[in-house]
Amino acid sequence: MPHTPLWKRILIWGVVLIGLAFAAPNLFYGRVEQHNDARGAAEKAGFTTAEQQAQIDLWPNWLPSGLVNLGLDLRGGAHLLAEVQVQDVYKTRMDSLWPEVRDTLRDLRDQVGAVRRQPSPDGTLKVAIENPAGLEAAVQAVKALASPVVSLTGVGQNDLDVTVEGNDIVIQLSEAERVATDNRTMAQSLEIIRRRVDEAGTREPTILRQGTDRILIEVPGIGSASELKDLIGTTAKLTFNPVVRRTSNQNEDPGPRNRLLPAMNEQGVYYVIEDAPVVSGDDLIDSQPTFDQNSRPAVSFRFNTTGARAFGDYTAQNIGAPFAIVLDNEIISAPTIQSHIPGGSGQITGNFTVEEANQLAVLLRAGALPAKMNFLEERTIGPELGADSIEAGSKAAVIAMIAVSVFMIAAYGLFGVFATTALAINMALIFGVLSAIGGTLTLPGIAGIVLTIGMAVDANVLVFERIREELRQAKSPMRAIELGYERAFSAIFDANVTTLITAGVLFFIGAGPVRGFAVTLAIGIFTSVFTALFVTRAIMEIWMRWRQPKTIVV
Amino acid sequence: MAWRLRLAPEKTNIDFFRHQWLTFGGSMALMVVAFVAWGVMGLNYGIDFKGGTTIRTDSVNAVDVAAYRAALEQLPLGDVAITEVFDTNFAPDQHVAQIRISALEQTDAVSPETITQVQEALKAVDPQITFAAIDSVGPKVSGELVWSSVMAVAATSVGILLYIWLRFEWQMAVGAVLALLHDVFITIGIWAVFQLKFDLTIVAALLTILGYSINDTVVVFDRLRENLAKYKTMPLRDVMNLSVNETLSRTLMTSITTLIAVGSMLVFGGDVIRGFAFAIFMGVLLGTYSSVYVAKNLVLFIGIDRSEKPKGGKGAADHEFAKIDA
Repeated sequence: MPHTPLWKRILIWGVVLIGLAFAAPNLFYGRVEQHNDARGAAEKAGFTTAEQQAQIDLWPNWLPSGLVNLGLDLRGGAHLLAEVQVQDVYKTRMDSLWPEVRDTLRDLRDQVGAVRRQPSPDGTLKVAIENPAGLEAAVQAVKALASPVVSLTGVGQNDLDVTVEGNDIVIQLSEAERVATDNRTMAQSLEIIRRRVDEAGTREPTILRQGTDRILIEVPGIGSASELKDLIGTTAKLTFNPVVRRTSNQNEDPGPRNRLLPAMNEQGVYYVIEDAPVVSGDDLIDSQPTFDQNSRPAVSFRFNTTGARAFGDYTAQNIGAPFAIVLDNEIISAPTIQSHIPGGSGQITGNFTVEEANQLAVLLRAGALPAKMNFLEERTIGPELGADSIEAGSKAAVIAMIAVSVFMIAAYGLFGVFATTALAINMALIFGVLSAIGGTLTLPGIAGIVLTIGMAVDANVLVFERIREELRQAKSPMRAIELGYERAFSAIFDANVTTLITAGVLFFIGAGPVRGFAVTLAIGIFTSVFTALFVTRAIMEIWMRWRQPKTIVV
Repeated sequence: MAWRLRLAPEKTNIDFFRHQWLTFGGSMALMVVAFVAWGVMGLNYGIDFKGGTTIRTDSVNAVDVAAYRAALEQLPLGDVAITEVFDTNFAPDQHVAQIRISALEQTDAVSPETITQVQEALKAVDPQITFAAIDSVGPKVSGELVWSSVMAVAATSVGILLYIWLRFEWQMAVGAVLALLHDVFITIGIWAVFQLKFDLTIVAALLTILGYSINDTVVVFDRLRENLAKYKTMPLRDVMNLSVNETLSRTLMTSITTLIAVGSMLVFGGDVIRGFAFAIFMGVLLGTYSSVYVAKNLVLFIGIDRSEKPKGGKGAADHEFAKIDA
């Protein structure tokens, strides 16, 4: 049997060793995880505490420390699929365009006469003018308000579509601007969600955009999907509004440009507030949980210069009047202005628990979501169920491994031992690759590994059966082994390519756990072909050189 | 000679076409039955495909399905199905139930208030109850999942068809895909007849079955391709029988090792993964059968063009000249 060249043997065993090294940290999962966490925290903070140093020392720095990520179904946590109502932003845009349009047309009063906003569907702005003769001039004036679209695909287009309907001017966002706006809305939503989730300090959250208007959020270790939804908040919008009056009548007519909102902590109490806020959450630069003078949990906040000036001016002019702190259309509190508040910082007190104060501070800091979100899918997996699944999965894998090994040895004797050794290496390699690429192991993923245990020996079985056939034709052991590998190759190749096609489809179409299954299945295909074709053969060669048998029995 | 476990005698000479009317015909009939069962009885879709909520409860007290149902009936919910779950891995005082609530017409997965209400109602029945997992899928997403699952099975079949066509003959590609559909449809049929829960993981299992079954079929076809070149004058039917006989030992070995592994998952892997493991287990059985009794029968019906064909880089033009020379 012509020996595999030295460089090739070195390469094969080298790959095996590297694979084993990358797989090794998973045997000490808890230890390495502490090491990684402590190291990450120390790097972020810029210094290392003694406790962190002790945790870092649990695992040597020079060894690979990549771990297989455990999927949500194994670690426990929450999964959300949200759909962002991107149209919300069109409405906001049109609403904020109205004063501008009004002012522009007011300048043309001689030609167009009085200007009125007409009721129209959300996302459009319908303006009626008194004097139809001035329609042309009005349209031109409104068109002049449009600006070019800022995006790669929409070059040369304006952001506003202005059309005439009878005597009314209808304004809406152009197609190109809608696309550009959608992209901005999504990017902003993703960023805000990411910040809110990060603020809460959970580990390795997955936050991904899916399709045009969806966001996938997976957070391991969080108690439930509704907790995650609270954290993200559908629209945490903070404003400070002047209070008109306090009432207990929930059907009271607030009057023009006013709104009636309920108080958050007082049952049956309502406030009529002015619609236009004094300052909004957009001007907020910082917010922290704190305690008030009575040691009750509170939330402190600080405005930027614009916000600070507006807030300062307002408080100076309205001493003795109440103003409302409004969060998501609820009045958190409506304190009376005691004195001029310069410097733009203050405190919100309410009947908060420490946790609520903390969460409110996070929400305020992260800013408001640009649009409302609908949750299409939500899943919660308890940590106990995850732990049970890991236990059951590993038990199944170990038993499968032992049973398949016994079976292979019974069927192929010594060659079965070779195949079993290769199978063990194969398992280690799968974990090595998964750790190296930062792959995620899910429960179906474990099933994929168990399935691989059964199917991985297939390549060996093909080779061994072929060697048997060649031996029957009275070939020398060396020659039989060589031919066995050569002739079994095409079957092994074709069989694995077709399985790879399946894994590929699963990966692109499946999501979450199913995708994890596709990944382990695909990795299993590569590692099992590698171990069957190269590792088993290398082991066989070592044995053949050592024993130099005249005959072999497969 | 050392003792070896043998699943098949060293040399077999079985005529796999002998009872064709029963094996192949029976398979085709079964496929039709499965199809009809699917159409008539329908599948017991999980929330992935139908929308709704499932709640997994865990308690030290025994599950009282009637009491749970009574507690939930007072709430304004859609259809509620409650089943107790059993598994060998559970602790002696661990009692698990699965509650499935159908979706009402709405975009959102489910309102948080509904889940809270359900949890409170169950807590009233059994104060020690905990909620191990809660899944909600909105009708909008579930509709898309149905579509993407169908696409997945179709795309895989087409991909395999093209690959086999490329590497073998088109007749074999058709035969292989027929065998695949046989496995998949009969598995779906089993799910329809026994009304087992059909969710996304079952689709993943079906795709895995496609992968496994084609694996088996390809090994037989590979040997067929080799033997067709070796025995140019032997009738097609005999070459096929020879090829299946030669690979029989391997076919059985691989099926058994895979069944051992999947069987271990079925028994010890826990109840969460049981449906998935069972689907793959059935699929491996069917796949082994179909690669021996289904795939090649169709190839025999269609026949294979065994005339010399140019191989490698030579084009069709070369071939014509060669013929004239001969």
